[in-house]
Amino acid sequence: MRDPKAPLIPERDHNKSPVLECVGLGIDFGGLTAVDDFNITISPTEICGLIGPNGAGKTTIFNLLTKVYNPTRGSIFLEGNNTKRYNTKDVNKAGIARTFQNIRLFKNLTVLENVLIGLHNEMDYRLVQSIFRLPSYWRSERIARDRAHELLSIFNMQDIADHKAGSLPYGSQRRLEIIRALATNPAILLLDEPAAGMNPAETESLMEHIGEIRDTFQIAIFLIEHDMQLVMGVCEGVAVLNYGKLIAKGTPAEIQKDPRVIEAYLGTGGQADA
Amino acid sequence: MNEFKISMPARYIINSILLAAFIVAGLLITQSGLLGRAQNANIISVGIFIILAVSLNLPTGYLGQLPLGHAGFMAIGAYAGAIFWRADLLPQNASIVAGLLVAGLAAAFVGVLIGIPALRLKGDYLAIITLGFGEIIRVIINNFDSITGGARGLHGIPRYSSFVIVYLCVIICCVAIHMLMKSRHGRAILSIRENEIAAESCGINTTYYKVMAFAFSAFFAGVAGALFAGNIGILVPGEFDFMTSINILMIVVLGGMGSMAGAVFAASILTSLPLFMVALNEYRMIIYALMLIIVMLFKPSGLLGTYDFSLSRLLEKLIRRLAGKKGGADNA
Repeated sequence: MRDPKAPLIPERDHNKSPVLECVGLGIDFGGLTAVDDFNITISPTEICGLIGPNGAGKTTIFNLLTKVYNPTRGSIFLEGNNTKRYNTKDVNKAGIARTFQNIRLFKNLTVLENVLIGLHNEMDYRLVQSIFRLPSYWRSERIARDRAHELLSIFNMQDIADHKAGSLPYGSQRRLEIIRALATNPAILLLDEPAAGMNPAETESLMEHIGEIRDTFQIAIFLIEHDMQLVMGVCEGVAVLNYGKLIAKGTPAEIQKDPRVIEAYLGTGGQADA
Repeated sequence: MNEFKISMPARYIINSILLAAFIVAGLLITQSGLLGRAQNANIISVGIFIILAVSLNLPTGYLGQLPLGHAGFMAIGAYAGAIFWRADLLPQNASIVAGLLVAGLAAAFVGVLIGIPALRLKGDYLAIITLGFGEIIRVIINNFDSITGGARGLHGIPRYSSFVIVYLCVIICCVAIHMLMKSRHGRAILSIRENEIAAESCGINTTYYKVMAFAFSAFFAGVAGALFAGNIGILVPGEFDFMTSINILMIVVLGGMGSMAGAVFAASILTSLPLFMVALNEYRMIIYALMLIIVMLFKPSGLLGTYDFSLSRLLEKLIRRLAGKKGGADNA
């Protein structure tokens, strides 16, 4: 359990770079190669974008990183450790938290409960201690609730803590998912289309928050996004995926000029598959 | 706004006093001879079925799975408790408590054994595997004549299931499951019902919590089984067939999956129904079925839905309203 007096910003050893490294990652579904030879290195506190046309395999990469799928080839290193033997929950405990493209909140539970479930592994009391309501239960629950309110205040959601998560408007549901992911105290946060369904004003404010989250929590952020304004505005590095292959990597400015990227998005002259 | 809240210790004290008062009142009524034999026997069965329904509510309502072998766990507990009590190893009071624990632990142990492979499956697959398990238990008991008495039944079980014993078990079962559900473990169980992939990516060990919920449920089913044995004094394997599992599930569905108050309420009504309908005895099953159909048509989530009764919340509301009226403030 976290020391109650500990600062919101966790101490991280930044010499332990990189935070995430994929080497030759690939997966086949039957005869279809969804992702092939994917390599990326993300350093701590880097905000990295992953873009590409629909069906390029972006979400598949997130599912590989979080072991929803097991890779057919290649390795994933998290802070230097190979995650080969990890399953989804081990990956989370080791420091990868994620949100989902089609929101997966615990809809019938309250906003606060959603965050408390994210804080599950941050609490340390055991079954017997909770059934007999021993002091460790009360102490641990109180700290977790304070922390949950603190996390909710990032998006100014502490006043709706008692609302059912499923009753929130779409944008708030996306923000709550980010908070729940942050609650698991990750070293890297994976955001799957965080701005999907948001209006320009909401996207603008989300951009600011992404930067803020990185600064306060000192974590790396890896995000999939179709909103180029957001990607170009907030990301320090961008990777471009097409047909499951990495076709370009670099700074936003480099990516914008890259002929292969332009081809992937706009097609070559004569073709019209924009 | 006056946000009146009753503090946690005060809540516990109020609830403990009420529960103690309930036990004393029940004891006085059952001992006074006001009620006939049939009524007294019914009160005991109501208690046993409350435990069964509340414990089945854990894997169905809270975990979101559909096990159909609850009678199997009940049978294990019943025979384990009965055999322990018949052996007469300890002085009476210690024997009662130890017998109930043996019954619960035996059922929980089997629950873990069955749960680890079975809970890899979901929905109808899990329903069928647990249904098969329930039948296997019954057949095994039927054929182990030397220990269980087989089809002839197990006779001469001490009649330990008094009002106080049964309802103390009811209270312990409800309180334990309530405490479990209002903790990080309970929230983990709920998160599996809500979205298993999201639960796993929040770092929750879903297999562990599924098996935990299953074992917890089996433990109390086992206790209820022992109480059942101690109530009638004779056990025959036919009591624990598939229909018993279905009946318990029916209570849970009728009361509202995920509502403990609903399970208690529905168990009380459905178990007492035959008593109130002595005159209509041959129409009993028809009325029973009609009742279910009507509830499912008009309130598919069950009588109480997922609502859970909280006395303190009710009191808080009442006090807030009274205070609001006195101050002449808007009573919102």
